[in-house]
Amino acid sequence: MTNFFEKSDLSRNEAENIISDTLQKCDDGELYLENSKSESILLDDNKIKNSSYSSDLGFGFRAISGEIVAYSHSNEISKDSLKQSSENLKSTLKSVKGNYNHEIPKSNKKYYDNINPIEQKSLNEKIKILNDVNKYIRSKNNNVKQVTANFLGEQKSIEIIRSGGESLSDIRPLIRFNVSVMLEKNGRKETGVYGIGGRQSYDSYLKEDNWKNVCDEALRIASVNLESKPAPAGEMKVVLGPGWPAILIHEAVGHGLEGDFNRKKTSAFHNLMGQKVASEGVTIVDDGTIDNRRGSLTIDDEGTPTEKTVLIENGILKNFMQDRLNARLMNTRSTGSGRRENYRHIVLPRMRNTMMLSGKQTQDEMIKAVDKGIFAVSFGGGQVDITSGKFVFNCTEAYEIINGKIGSPIKGATLIGDGPSILKEVSMVGNDMMLDPGIGTCGKAGQGVPVGVAQPSILINKMTVGGTKL
Amino acid sequence: MVKDQVFLEKKTSYCLDLAKKLGATEASVIVSNSISETVNFRNKKLDESNRSDNLSINITTYVGKKKSSISSSNLLNENLNILLEKCIETTKNTPEDEFNSLPDRDLLAKEVKDLNLYDDTNLKNDHKIDYLKKLEASAAFNKKIINTESSFTQNKSNFILANSEGFCDGYKTSSFTASSVTVAKDENSMERDYEYSSKCHLEDLEDAEKLGKLAADQTIRKLSPKKIGSEKISIIFDKRIAKGMLSAFASAISSSAISRGTSFLKDKINQKIFADSINVFDKPDILKGLGSRSFDNEGVKTDTLKLVDNGILKNYLIDTYNGKKLSLKSNGRCGGASNLYFENGRMSYKDLLNSSSKSLYITETIGHGSNIVTGDYSVGATGFLVENGEFKYPINEITIAGNFKDMFQNITLANDLDFKYSTNSPTMMIEGMVVAGK
Repeated sequence: MTNFFEKSDLSRNEAENIISDTLQKCDDGELYLENSKSESILLDDNKIKNSSYSSDLGFGFRAISGEIVAYSHSNEISKDSLKQSSENLKSTLKSVKGNYNHEIPKSNKKYYDNINPIEQKSLNEKIKILNDVNKYIRSKNNNVKQVTANFLGEQKSIEIIRSGGESLSDIRPLIRFNVSVMLEKNGRKETGVYGIGGRQSYDSYLKEDNWKNVCDEALRIASVNLESKPAPAGEMKVVLGPGWPAILIHEAVGHGLEGDFNRKKTSAFHNLMGQKVASEGVTIVDDGTIDNRRGSLTIDDEGTPTEKTVLIENGILKNFMQDRLNARLMNTRSTGSGRRENYRHIVLPRMRNTMMLSGKQTQDEMIKAVDKGIFAVSFGGGQVDITSGKFVFNCTEAYEIINGKIGSPIKGATLIGDGPSILKEVSMVGNDMMLDPGIGTCGKAGQGVPVGVAQPSILINKMTVGGTKL
Repeated sequence: MVKDQVFLEKKTSYCLDLAKKLGATEASVIVSNSISETVNFRNKKLDESNRSDNLSINITTYVGKKKSSISSSNLLNENLNILLEKCIETTKNTPEDEFNSLPDRDLLAKEVKDLNLYDDTNLKNDHKIDYLKKLEASAAFNKKIINTESSFTQNKSNFILANSEGFCDGYKTSSFTASSVTVAKDENSMERDYEYSSKCHLEDLEDAEKLGKLAADQTIRKLSPKKIGSEKISIIFDKRIAKGMLSAFASAISSSAISRGTSFLKDKINQKIFADSINVFDKPDILKGLGSRSFDNEGVKTDTLKLVDNGILKNYLIDTYNGKKLSLKSNGRCGGASNLYFENGRMSYKDLLNSSSKSLYITETIGHGSNIVTGDYSVGATGFLVENGEFKYPINEITIAGNFKDMFQNITLANDLDFKYSTNSPTMMIEGMVVAGK
């Protein structure tokens, strides 16, 4: 664990005193300290294009009174700097009269090991794998025009010090391995992208056949896209494959169920608690407790242990995702969903691993039930307008379905739908739930945090497909 | 106060000296400090205050043709010693790349023009609060507005870029940004929209009341939207969306996309890629310009480029590494375009609206539907149906799609260009795109 006061003129004792003094009469708040180390090694165009290392150290000091949040952060962990931040907070919260709530539940469970993935494999070993990746892909297909592959490794140490000196800490490893392939055939270019990642070491995750699978998958998607024809335009039935396509759940309902938007009544879901928002058989949870997953956390960024939160149970809206601020203002408890990108940012209620659980049908039954529609297997990103509820996501691998059979691949297209009503259009839920490969980053208010998604195959009765073929 | 030039220069020279001592043949360093203060309001009340003080250092070291880089927020010499040792070690272990090098000495900026990018004014939080009170009162005036969130940010930054070829320069910049996001509700729907203003100088910032009213008006007019059928139709892009076409264009002509072969505009230099009347400029020396700069991220001088001349592609955006790979000289675009804009068209905004009997006016797009490799474009959209120059009713839950290659050839621009952002376009019409709806 990082000793944040080791090289500072500020002792832990002095810091605790400043924290307690500043947060006196506040409703909540803490000092959040963070030390992160990350590395990135990139192979592109047959060469190691970039090898970089970054170390980031800083603190964020937060004081909350009622609904008002005052925040101040700095890179310098020093007496002057913390005092300056304390002054900033006090000047915002001029007349406070809150009750500092000390209760933070405790748990001994951990969902990943205290490791630094960067140190567990040498630079030369990583460069060798990237060169092997490049050779392997180029040897498998003559149409390969470009290969990009990279490793991202990170270790983040955090400590939360609350009024009264209570301290909570966590060490979070994170790795990611990505491959992008561009093919060119008869003057046409298409790409395929695939990656894997999680909170673990490269060694336990990146065994030989594992990286080859990633290469094969990227190459397969690019090959499929080379044969793709223009996507249809208009409303039709859509079958989504299992796993990563669950970003539909993330965009369509996930964001709308975050506490802040519902406290502020700007979410299309704010008045639907306890009501039916999805077809029977649809159950959605947000789970921070799955071992080694990208979206998992032992404690959230306020120190609350994470949990498995049931959002929608058999079609009925059950819970929102909460951080401490929004939970207090909505008279409920934190679900361990308070997250921030780093010490530069305030805490917001965020998703962890958002999952739709398995049902009973098979993917085959779904395809057979479609006269005219599309089968979407892989996606790029998505986005949602919380207030109107409209959301989109972009297919990167999809096929047309004609008379119950999968037909030609179709070009990437955007799908658009309405969050509060889309889950009522789910008419079949598959028995094949799958987790995504560990590559998701969710953006909200300018902050990116690692997340996961999972779902079985599903059949949606009606969605608008944004192709060009009328 | 942001760190001054003397402090930042001391850090760059410390790093360059140490890098040399540890065996680097070349090195470059950028040190920056940025302090921003934000106040947020929600429903006419103080919601959040945020002060952020960011230090950062980025060091790139070369050993012959080997290269590696490090970055950190901890500027203590003790930490820099450890990081530089690690960086040199990594550099030595990274394979050679013949195109790795600092910029050619004769391309480095010799003089730094004063572009008036810094306003010394320090607006106290109480004054930010006064501005937001006025803004929110105006935004919440109409009863249909049920939620308002507004924000005021003051940012002051300073940086020094130095390299082992002797380049060492930097300058202060400032920005003042106010924004308002409003939610409106009627019996059929709830909608959100926004307005914002960002300027180098406080005195140029939009009037608070006007900003709030614009946000509210733009939100209220979206209420009770309809979904339309799928068809081929003329699309008019509001200025805030039209600029996105230029951003996609800039990515497609970046020297890295060209040298890697991953752009739909590769090998299109001196060819006609836009409609005849289209001219595109990138002008780095606009006074108080939001994208203005005296040199690029590598210290290379930047001149105005006419990227597109009467529809013909004339220049890529070139940095040192990819330039050497393409046997072209850097034109000072490491880090991308500066103030990028379409020259005004000939038609007035009104005439553009009138030019087809039925069109879609798009005010917002969502999704990441631009594919720079193939040129395919498909995004979710919100807007209005326009008939005979009149806004008829709001539209949502549709997508618009096409391919940039065709879309660029079918652009018509109005003559209403202004410099609200760093990338700017007049109102734009594109014919022949496909709308998917019902």
